[in-house]
Amino acid sequence: MNFDLTEERQMLQDTLRRFLSDRYTTDVRNRIIDSDTGFSTELWAQLAELGIVGALFSEAQGGFGGAGFDITTVFEELGRAGVVEPFLDTAILGGGLVASLGNADQQVLVERVIAGDLHLALAHSEPTARYDLNRVMVSATVSGDAVRLKGRKSVVVNAEAAEFLIVSARESGAVDDCDGISLFLVPRETAGVIVRGYPLLAGGRAAEVEFEDVVVPESARLGTAGTAYTALAERAAAASVALAAETLGAMETATELTRGYLQTRQQFGRPIGSFQALQHRMADLWIEMEQARSATINAAGHLADQPHMRDLHVAAARNLIGRAGRLVAEDTIQLHGGIAMTREYELAHIAKRIVMADHRFGDTDYQLEQFIALSA
Amino acid sequence: MDLSYTAEELAFRDEVRDFLEKNLPQEMSDAVRDGRSLGKAGHDRWHAILNERGWLAPNWPREFGGCEWSAVQRFLFEEECCRAHAPRIVPFGLTMLGPVLQRFGSPDQKDRFLPRILSGEDWWCQGYSEPGAGSDLASLKTKAVRDGDHYVVNGQKTWTTLGQYANWIFCLVRTDSTVKQQEGISFLLIDMNTPGIEVRPIILLDGTHEVNEVWFTDVRVPVENLVGEENKGWTYAKYLLTHERTNIAGVGFSQAGLDAVKRMARVEMSGGRPLIENPHFAARLARVEIDLMAMATTNLRIISRAAAGQAPGVESSMLKVKGTIIRQEINDLARRAAGIYAMPFASEEVEGGNEPPVGPDGSGPVSAQYFNNRKLSIFGGSNEVQRNIIAKVKLGGGA
Repeated sequence: MNFDLTEERQMLQDTLRRFLSDRYTTDVRNRIIDSDTGFSTELWAQLAELGIVGALFSEAQGGFGGAGFDITTVFEELGRAGVVEPFLDTAILGGGLVASLGNADQQVLVERVIAGDLHLALAHSEPTARYDLNRVMVSATVSGDAVRLKGRKSVVVNAEAAEFLIVSARESGAVDDCDGISLFLVPRETAGVIVRGYPLLAGGRAAEVEFEDVVVPESARLGTAGTAYTALAERAAAASVALAAETLGAMETATELTRGYLQTRQQFGRPIGSFQALQHRMADLWIEMEQARSATINAAGHLADQPHMRDLHVAAARNLIGRAGRLVAEDTIQLHGGIAMTREYELAHIAKRIVMADHRFGDTDYQLEQFIALSA
Repeated sequence: MDLSYTAEELAFRDEVRDFLEKNLPQEMSDAVRDGRSLGKAGHDRWHAILNERGWLAPNWPREFGGCEWSAVQRFLFEEECCRAHAPRIVPFGLTMLGPVLQRFGSPDQKDRFLPRILSGEDWWCQGYSEPGAGSDLASLKTKAVRDGDHYVVNGQKTWTTLGQYANWIFCLVRTDSTVKQQEGISFLLIDMNTPGIEVRPIILLDGTHEVNEVWFTDVRVPVENLVGEENKGWTYAKYLLTHERTNIAGVGFSQAGLDAVKRMARVEMSGGRPLIENPHFAARLARVEIDLMAMATTNLRIISRAAAGQAPGVESSMLKVKGTIIRQEINDLARRAAGIYAMPFASEEVEGGNEPPVGPDGSGPVSAQYFNNRKLSIFGGSNEVQRNIIAKVKLGGGA
């Protein structure tokens, strides 16, 4: 066994950590969050140039990474710095789906993603689907060599910045069948695509997207008709690994800030870190952090396994991280007191990232149910 | 033992329910239910409606215009108000300062200030907390130095809730720094329009502006605005704090929150069925409901044990700890019920815009409320401080 990062990943981690600690300060981030776009195109270009996007794709796909531990290396640093730029949406989800399903023409988009000059968004969730990956009601009807899309997608992260939306739609089967789901590359500017954008609580932007009789050519389909579920599930697992690592990184920042605070903040004539009640709570947080790291490693290490084993480890990791993350977010705020409740203080943003990450691709409770089902 | 209310108590509850049905404006209860800010005008309007009915000051004696209700009546009133989504009564004048002035104020102070609290002419805020003090309230540094018939005040207060609306502030100030911390504090009433006062907003992590910093630079306060005796302010402050904690169980708020979670869970779908039928979610919901049912009775037991006008001691700390845990768990369930719709930042909800919310009814403010209500276990003496109080009393060694 060897739990060290490879030399390449160690370099990636060092580069990214240094860049973000120099450039991604609290002030910079707060300005980005308040901006109309919700992310910085300038920083995105610089990060792409550093190879951060490329690290999320395999060599065959034109990148130089793409494995579970590449994803965790990048996302842990993104989480540590509270980065709001859409790495998950453009690279892991959008770029990843095009890379695994796209034909030669479509693969050109992956090059543009890695180069940092294309944004994508996965339009998959629907108002009544909650976290179920297989529940797709948006319909795709073929007539001649055109496809008509109809229905609504919810909380489509990065929709406004995306040149293409990757839209899941049902071509056949019942509403919750895994078979019958296809993915389509839909230019956001297509007639009938109605995008209603809004900011997200933890930074970045999303949109409700309505498809009112949208017509795209059949060549917009990714892969063969009705078979997209396997790739969707694989990317959802990769996204979960990314979210677990991002949350872990954010938890590290939260506990570091709190450690510093407990050592300096004076109350009743001494540092509050000298109170045993607070010491014990910090000790519990550190124990849970180690557990969270192990769970993330488990999920990343099993990402290339067969779906059943992969999903079992992903569900376990997300459930554990969900519980540990909530504990860390709530307790680090509590241990700080009022200051952590203010928008200007670093921890406020970090805590929001931790808690809100739980709402993507299945929350703590959903993951528990997945685990029960998979381990039965 | 008899767990049922008396006929008089039930009649009182019906009277309150009837009043709320007829007098609580629909748009106001909608705003409260959806977690939207009412603004000063909204608060003033509800204040005036209650004042007209004579129901503004449940805990005040009749001689000062209060209701002199029993503990059970007060509980019933609060429960009905929460059920109907009535706005919360801003407590600073009515619940906090009022009882202090009634007990320790000069006859002039009573005549001058108490009627103006009821009429809504004065909006009070609380000048207790300071940066660096937190739950160690007695370490406060804001100074008041006697100069002829004035005190000259210098320093800074923080976490001043709704201070942006207030025209008066009651402050704890240090008037003697040569003695033990608790012995050199005085209780001052300060007109916010006095030169030298500056109010600066603090924006919270959910984007709301409900607290402020208040800065004092050479602020001249007439000596007749001193409550009670100089350097005896700690006694009055403690008296006020026990009043602040009497309602801290928040049973009504929890009940209203639980109802909201259930409403949402009936329409939100999970695996093709209503979320409320999901066994795991249902179990979590049941667990907090069971806690709340017991909490409601604990609350009633404690308030009926307390002598009229006398706030309970260690029991109020217990109510605070358990009550806030329950409220925060309900906030967490609401956030989970909203699913992916917990993620949008409902800026229109907190900033009063006019875009309709994107998720199912009630989902808009759930995450903001979840984060905002982290404060419940921090303010008014953090839960850690409350646990210290409980342990000291129960283990011996005094509070």
